[in-house]
Amino acid sequence: MSDDQEMRSMMKSELVELMARKQNHLAYKDVELAVKSLLEQMSEALATGDRIEIRGFGSFSLHFRPPRAGRNPKTGDSVSLPGKYVPHFKPGKELRERVNNSLHSSE
Amino acid sequence: MALTKADMAERLFDELGLNKREAKELVELFFEEVREALESAYNVKLSGFGNFTLRDKTQRPGRNPKTGEEIPICARRVVTFRPGQKLKQRVEAYAGSQQ
Repeated sequence: MSDDQEMRSMMKSELVELMARKQNHLAYKDVELAVKSLLEQMSEALATGDRIEIRGFGSFSLHFRPPRAGRNPKTGDSVSLPGKYVPHFKPGKELRERVNNSLHSSE
Repeated sequence: MALTKADMAERLFDELGLNKREAKELVELFFEEVREALESAYNVKLSGFGNFTLRDKTQRPGRNPKTGEEIPICARRVVTFRPGQKLKQRVEAYAGSQQ
């Protein structure tokens, strides 16, 4: 069981900001370009059917969704939906443990 | 073939002209910052790629599959990933060998 939590969010720009502060020999712009490149590389890998494996963080792979019969919600006509791939993330051990420990330490 | 941190650093070196050490550090730092944000109870939203979302699971009854003994599964916090629209579309277009 899970319910939607009231969690704060961190956006890409804030992440870049934090990284730039820790790498003060690099210009903000360089860190921004680097993060953009990392996300593009990851998207590209998945878009060409490759996995991504980051030790301590997790792995990304594709899961196949088989074809199924769907329905046009407007007309009620049945349509056949083709099979497709969807990205899937499996958190690594370190990430799982750190996130779970943070729940228990904040209580 | 899987994409790794080493591959990513190599490309930062090629594309952005960072030196190899800087490239390696930035890749490391990126994933560490995401972990730290999640650990500090922030969801992480990377537009164009996807969102890492935290979910708190309540305790539920479980069972040891070997012995059949009942043991509760403790409350836990887990990370889920929801791919963004753009990534979903790019991946959907992939016609792999499985088809």
